[in-house]
Amino acid sequence: MGVSAWLSIDGLGLTEGGTCIIDSATLALSAQRSVVLGPNGAGKSTLLRLIHGLLHPSSGRLAWPERLSQAMVFQRPIMLRTTALENVEYGLKLQGHAAPERRRRAAGALARVGLEPIAGRPARLLSGGEQQRVALARAWALEPQLLILDEPTASLDPASSREVERIIGEIAAAGTRILMTTHNLGQARRMADEVVFMDRGRVLEQTAVNDFFSLPQCDAAQRFLKEEMP
Amino acid sequence: MTTLGDSFLMAWQLTASADGRLAEIVLLSLRVSLSATLIACLIGMPVGALLAVGRFPGRRILIVLFNGLMGLPPVVVGLLVYLLLSRAGPLGSFGLLFSPAAMVVAQAVLVTPIVAALTRQVVADEWTEYREQLRSLGASRARAAATLLWDGRFSLSTAALAGFGRAIAEVGAVMIVGGNIDGVTRVMTTTIALETSKGDLPLALALGFILIVVVLSINAVAYALRGWAERKWG
Repeated sequence: MGVSAWLSIDGLGLTEGGTCIIDSATLALSAQRSVVLGPNGAGKSTLLRLIHGLLHPSSGRLAWPERLSQAMVFQRPIMLRTTALENVEYGLKLQGHAAPERRRRAAGALARVGLEPIAGRPARLLSGGEQQRVALARAWALEPQLLILDEPTASLDPASSREVERIIGEIAAAGTRILMTTHNLGQARRMADEVVFMDRGRVLEQTAVNDFFSLPQCDAAQRFLKEEMP
Repeated sequence: MTTLGDSFLMAWQLTASADGRLAEIVLLSLRVSLSATLIACLIGMPVGALLAVGRFPGRRILIVLFNGLMGLPPVVVGLLVYLLLSRAGPLGSFGLLFSPAAMVVAQAVLVTPIVAALTRQVVADEWTEYREQLRSLGASRARAAATLLWDGRFSLSTAALAGFGRAIAEVGAVMIVGGNIDGVTRVMTTTIALETSKGDLPLALALGFILIVVVLSINAVAYALRGWAERKWG
């Protein structure tokens, strides 16, 4: 375990209905931008949910040397039937911020994702890319120390994906740690400092992003890159 | 005994002339049933939302109970409320029996399980979709329930409409606790039953038309509003 790890995971396991979904995952996350890669069913999203506390592990433990405030953005943005601005405000409201403060922060977050002009529009009527940017603004407004993203561009067109990448890059540049999954290897290359590779519920490799793409260590990662790379 | 055709004609004349007696009965029906539906929504919607989102012992039993109570026989509800409100009953001191207030209570008892059960279904569907996001943002279950009630407000209009439909159309409960007193507790359904038994079909028919028109109109307005709201908010 690296001494500078912001999260140490030791023997983490999740079994549901007799099926092992996460099999004794052990890793230490220390990079600012970590990307979890792996084929479908590898357990990437489940691992993120365990880290975020949405799921409870069957075994093992998560050790946070320092308590980090977190926010999570999901593959499919969930928008309440209110305006974009009120969607961003909702998280701040749950945190107990007063109305003027949350309006100011929500408006600021929307401006940073480039959606200030449509702050008053119903969120569910926005395009998929805009909704994902509202979701990012909602997370960003909370000023989390760790932002977890589960395939945030999976259902977006290339232009929207690039915009979402830009926003995630800005959030990271502001000091927030990023932990995300993606199926887009080009995106992983652009966004990651380190790669965690998973297959069939197991963490098989954790390495710097350039090392992963140039010289993957395990057979499963080599096969995965061979099949996935254009 | 008039012929059916004559009855229809007289019913139309009564309705078209806005007969005072007819109007009084219609307005009392609306006042009682709308009040009962409002009370049922105020109780049933939060209960339904908590049943959908909450995790507590006995939750499943309550869900089955509320689903089952959707089919409560109105006469049984009327009888129970009668016993509660009768002079010897635990709430007899309020003197509500044979008043519109008693009818509101009876209809609210009848309608609350319907609103609660339908709300639970709507909110449960929303909870499936929203759960991770709301938990991620730190919403407690109670807060999530409140959020989903507001978010599902357009779908929940169906629960309110179903409750209103049940209330305005029932006859057994209001007959027992209201007593069908002319000018005091006589509503559309009890009047239809009474006038039919007396052979006065025109008034019964006129009220039957109005009852159907009221129910259809309220549903049509609610449908239009829901469509507009969904187009506006998605």
